[in-house]
Amino acid sequence: MQGVVGGGAGAVSGGGGSSTSDASMSTVSKEDNPVLSSEDSSSCLDESELELGLGLSLGVGVGACKAQQGPRGGQYARILTAKDFPYVGSSTSASVSSSSSSSSSSSSSSLSRANVTAGTKRSADSVAAANGASSQVVGWPPIRAYRMNSLVNQAKLPATEVFNSLIVKSRNSNPAVGKGTSNACVNANEKGQLRSSLFVKVNMDGIPIGRKVDLSSHRCYETLAQKLEDMFATSRSGGEEHDMMVDAITPSKLLDGSSGFVLTYEDKEGDWMLVGDVPWGMFINSVRRLRIMRASEANGLAPRLEESNGGQRNKPI
Amino acid sequence: MQRMACSFPDEVLEHVFSFVQCDNDRNAISTVCKSWYKIERWSRRRVFVGNCYAISPDMVIRRFPDVRSIELKGKPHFADFNLVPDGWGGYVAPWISAMAAAYPWLEEIRLKRMVITDENLELISKSFKNFKVLVLSSCEGFSTDGLAAIAANCRSYLHCRNLRELDLRESEVEDLSGHWLKHFPDDYTSLVSLNIACLGCEVSFSALERLVGRCPNLRTLRLNRAVPLDKLANLLRRAPQLVELGTGAYSSELRPDVFSNLSGAFSGCKELKSLSGFWDVVPGYLPAVYPICCRLTTLNLSYATIQSPDLIKLVGQCQNLQRLWVLDYIEDAGLDAVAASCKDLRELRVFPSDPYGPEPNVPLTEQGLVSISEGCSKLQSVLYFCRQMSNAALMTIARNRPNMTRFRLCIIEPGTPDYLTLQPLDVGFGAIVEHCKDLQRLSLSGLLTDLVFEYIGTYAKKLEMLSVAFAGESDLGLHHVLSGCEKLRKLEIRDCPFGDKALLANAAKLETMRSLWMSSCSVTFGACKLLGQKMPRLNVEVIDERGTPDSRPESCPIDKLYIYRTVAGSRFDMPGFVWTIDEDSAMRLS
Repeated sequence: MQGVVGGGAGAVSGGGGSSTSDASMSTVSKEDNPVLSSEDSSSCLDESELELGLGLSLGVGVGACKAQQGPRGGQYARILTAKDFPYVGSSTSASVSSSSSSSSSSSSSSLSRANVTAGTKRSADSVAAANGASSQVVGWPPIRAYRMNSLVNQAKLPATEVFNSLIVKSRNSNPAVGKGTSNACVNANEKGQLRSSLFVKVNMDGIPIGRKVDLSSHRCYETLAQKLEDMFATSRSGGEEHDMMVDAITPSKLLDGSSGFVLTYEDKEGDWMLVGDVPWGMFINSVRRLRIMRASEANGLAPRLEESNGGQRNKPI
Repeated sequence: MQRMACSFPDEVLEHVFSFVQCDNDRNAISTVCKSWYKIERWSRRRVFVGNCYAISPDMVIRRFPDVRSIELKGKPHFADFNLVPDGWGGYVAPWISAMAAAYPWLEEIRLKRMVITDENLELISKSFKNFKVLVLSSCEGFSTDGLAAIAANCRSYLHCRNLRELDLRESEVEDLSGHWLKHFPDDYTSLVSLNIACLGCEVSFSALERLVGRCPNLRTLRLNRAVPLDKLANLLRRAPQLVELGTGAYSSELRPDVFSNLSGAFSGCKELKSLSGFWDVVPGYLPAVYPICCRLTTLNLSYATIQSPDLIKLVGQCQNLQRLWVLDYIEDAGLDAVAASCKDLRELRVFPSDPYGPEPNVPLTEQGLVSISEGCSKLQSVLYFCRQMSNAALMTIARNRPNMTRFRLCIIEPGTPDYLTLQPLDVGFGAIVEHCKDLQRLSLSGLLTDLVFEYIGTYAKKLEMLSVAFAGESDLGLHHVLSGCEKLRKLEIRDCPFGDKALLANAAKLETMRSLWMSSCSVTFGACKLLGQKMPRLNVEVIDERGTPDSRPESCPIDKLYIYRTVAGSRFDMPGFVWTIDEDSAMRLS
């Protein structure tokens, strides 16, 4: 073990070989838009534009190889470092003192950077939603899920109501998030429900090891299906069967069952339902776990609405 | 030549060794000479495996043929915060199968962050004739059906030794039904400790009442939220010998008869020292516990969403309190009251009631912690969530409490500087490590440069576990820690600009530690490969859900890295998103 880091602080930056972001480095992402992660960004196109509008640099998305460019050759726009928060003089935009609520727009932009640059996997609408909040970062603050769930499920206190109105106020006063905010996030806040995470188990027929997916980071079925595709595409169940499954699963195919697999969920009453029939909010409130089922086994699954409105569904079963 | 070691017969040595329980001491004994090694290994009854992948079950069994108590830990600590993807590993199955064959007299199994299935539970219930203790801490993979198997088979007709302890501490259990409790036989009376607080479903209440009523040695009972308050009194009256109680939901319509019944029941529990539970608290029922407050040493109110005045009234009566867990609703004022009343306090944990809100929702600041550090001279262990901190406060705390051994501070917003000076909090944490010479565990937060790591490397000579997030500027930071902290065993890092250089330069250090976790840092796959090739006694696991790291340039940072020392070689149960590199420089997939 030899001595290594000679020189002063900051001389050695992380990421050996950090340098330019070649075009080749950002082609990992399956999508055209380099900001979007192929993995689990649930944001739709306008939200990615929102990210750009907040001054983020390219190559910031989780899916793209984290490009190494920046003044220090370090983790510019990728990892927060002490130098991202100049603390000398309050006129700079990156002050994140949480004790003051005044610099809402500047703090939101640096925190939006924090959201994405901290290697997070959250959607952009939660960037807009919780101005200054750390809910966007996976696993931060470090609180166990059962603790958070228990807080969420308890009776609301006056403090929470005050807090909700603060949210609305601070969101409205933030010009950066004025227009691009998706409707979904507005709804979430008006209901006063801020869920940190909602991990449910997902099993796919033929793959022994199940996974978990965080439903609260999605706002629509399409992104959820995309996430599931990515998740199970990297599962290795071996051989031909696996390849067939990988090829078969694309978001649209998963949702309409034409891939040979259907996406189903178990609700609070223990019934298995097809995913996609009820409004997203209703789905979120009743889902307990997911299963990607072979279409051949999905006989008899009836969407709830079929009973209530008596209409015929057109989904192949 | 005199051979001193043989001057005592084996039986005498074994008897002497039986007084030595501590693992480190027994390990030392076993290195004295071959004969002591042999005697010691045959008489070792308790084994602790801090990382289930560091050694194989067969190796443990070969060395220690007659073990009665085993403790295993699986996933890394950051799995608690969803940083380890599901399916990573930590399966207890191979251990249970091996032990079922080799240790028929096994009495105790304690697991932490492991995956255990109903089949595993069934095998446990059938294989060990003298089975007494099952503790599943933060485990998952099983359902109430598995619990039914344990309950049903808990009695050994041959030996009349029965299950003593069933503790499901914060595990994730699939709730299929509450009827599992009925599987305890009617003549089963040996229960000493039952912790089902994590269960979601309603357990069969009548079965619970009967169970509690017929087990005279029951001293710990932690109920789940589904047990209503109006049933609590009856349970307590059947078990007045309880020492530790976790209530269910602590809410009910305020009725004088229910209240007086409950209050009477609590008064009857003269041994009660520990209280927890308190979901959905209706403050009007809190006074029911006042009669026993003076005896309490542990109070967990971390689910109790009650306001500061109620908290103060309650805690103000607990003069013998040693451990307090509470939500930040207690406020600085409440902590002042605790500092004044609870002079015996050893451990304080303050959890945030609204961690995702952008603004503070309660007046809880660094001042509360400063008051505690001034008033509670025995304070050793702190976990504190807050939104502002200053170097001055940290320095005060450090000077007040040099006896601190565990200090975990979580300033909720990453990168928050000293709110008074807008400087980084390096100097404050530096004071903590400098003054608290016996510090074993430290968690950092706030705005921190490489300087804080220099302090840690210089002063934190007894530090065993360090958690770092959103801190530092360069590899120098990581280097200070790896080269300076002599006793470091566990290091977990997320979202810091640490890369290859410090890691590679301190590769040998990694073999002296249990494990290193680095996620969202700047370590490249090339460095991981190098480390894996050069260090055969380390497993270097790259966890990356973006697909094979080979599809990206070697200089591209990996997502997550988990390095641990092992004598068992690479594991065989890795999922598709974990890559490891071994000596033959081929990339191994699961």
